[in-house]
Amino acid sequence: MKRLDDIKKEFPIFERTINGKPLVYLDNASTTQKPRGVISALSDFYSLHNANIHRGIHALSEEATERYEQTRKTVARFINAEVPEEIVFTRNCTESINLVARTWGEMHIGRGDEIIVSALEHHANLVPWQVLCMQKKAKLLVIPLTSEHELDMAAYEKLLSKKTRMVCVTAQSNVLGVCPDLKDLIKKAHARKALVLVDGAQSVGHRRTNVQALDCDFFAFSAHKMLGPTGVGVLFGKYELLEDMPPFLVGGDMVTTVEQYRSFYREVPWRFEAGTPNIADVAAFRSAIEFLDEVGLDSIEAHDRELWQAAFTMLAANPRVRVLVSDACSATSVLPFVIEGVHPHDIATIFDSEGVAIRSGLHCAEPLHRRLCVPATARMSFYLYNTFQDIEMAEKALKKIFKIFSLTP
Amino acid sequence: MDIYSETLLDHYNHPHHAGTLKRPDARSVKHNPLCGDTVSVDIAVTKQRTIGDIAFTGMGCALSQAGMSLLSDHSMGKTLDECVKMTSDTMDSLLGARVSPGRRSCADLGLTAVKDALIDLHQLP
Ligand SMILES: Cc1ncc(COP(=O)(O)O)c(C=O)c1O
Repeated sequence: MKRLDDIKKEFPIFERTINGKPLVYLDNASTTQKPRGVISALSDFYSLHNANIHRGIHALSEEATERYEQTRKTVARFINAEVPEEIVFTRNCTESINLVARTWGEMHIGRGDEIIVSALEHHANLVPWQVLCMQKKAKLLVIPLTSEHELDMAAYEKLLSKKTRMVCVTAQSNVLGVCPDLKDLIKKAHARKALVLVDGAQSVGHRRTNVQALDCDFFAFSAHKMLGPTGVGVLFGKYELLEDMPPFLVGGDMVTTVEQYRSFYREVPWRFEAGTPNIADVAAFRSAIEFLDEVGLDSIEAHDRELWQAAFTMLAANPRVRVLVSDACSATSVLPFVIEGVHPHDIATIFDSEGVAIRSGLHCAEPLHRRLCVPATARMSFYLYNTFQDIEMAEKALKKIFKIFSLTP
Repeated sequence: MDIYSETLLDHYNHPHHAGTLKRPDARSVKHNPLCGDTVSVDIAVTKQRTIGDIAFTGMGCALSQAGMSLLSDHSMGKTLDECVKMTSDTMDSLLGARVSPGRRSCADLGLTAVKDALIDLHQLP
């Protein structure tokens, strides 16, 4: 077991300074920092095992293949998929969702069918469905939010119908931090024979995921938001669904026999992995998952909540600051706020001058910001290496904003 | 944080040339999709093809709004040819700081709007 107390030490990036100050990294919803183990796994792969996979008969190719496929098994165990073959490697969460929209969607969506998305979605889980619906003359419906910014489940039930084919929903909003009740949502969709795709990008590194208990049909995420390298995405799909889907990209590696004028495709998941994949990053991704396991997702979840609550209390003590969610809602890990009279970009710039990295803007969720009636937001997001001192640094930066903009706190 | 100078904050809190013109020769609205900042600028030209008047409305961060206010002061009386030659460096010198790449589009929002309006004006006789 790894202890959270001084876990920062395992992340080399925290040895550097920003604007002369120690780095306080509160932009974890964008991407997370990497532990030494992941960085060295990447370097080890290229130094010791580099070769193409599923091709050579030589020792290196076998080692590389073994490492690539081992990560598939590790991911399957991590999210409790029934078999590793339900895990498809892509480049990122966005590509995973596109894969489903372009293959399953191509096959199963027709004129007049309905796809439901939620108002919380990141563009990655909205635009692919917009495009699919436009192409197929299908209808896109949106689950609205309650006044507490939770998904409006009563409205959702009314949107469901015989025509619903797919419900696409995030496990956690990257803007508000709220976590929809997925189990209930999925059960209701299944009762209408609709499938459910869960965008797990924000949740998967912060909380236990059990795709079998959830009974979701697809689950998409990116390695880089859970201590892993960039350039690796995962699509989980129930085996019988994947098996029924046509390929996404076509070419080498995903075929069994290629004749001059036609080809035969491999079984899943390799059917969906055309061309040389991101072998080294997939191999290194395993170290990230092992790191998370050693800390324990339950500890991470509890740690996230403590930091979130402390930061919430710190922000809420300032009348000039408006936190966009209440501490009675399902939000965690992600904390959105605005300051009257100060644009979020100015907030982020001044935070940065104190070494505190936060995100500002629309966070790839423009329609959600329109619903919230704010032009943009500032966002702190936490992870296992953040500390209460980090929040003190954020408070110091906040005071600096008040001073620069001559606001009385 | 030297970018938030007193001058900049003063222009942000009390923008010069705020508003619209009754009879603009050109108008341009620019939007920064990354952060939701907007600037709408009206320009009136004199017979000598100089900027006779300029006014803007907008919403957004201190850089985009103060930048547009500073740029309005700077552009008054300039010839159209002089205005076309303005660049990001012009904005940096008006703001009195080197703007970071991440904030470039904020600082240059007003400049983009003015230049866009100038394209229309250049086609005028
Ligand atoms: C909720 C959510 N979905 C999807 C994505 C897209 O992830 P990626 O950019 O790695 O494809 C993100 C990343 O910001 C996200 O927060």
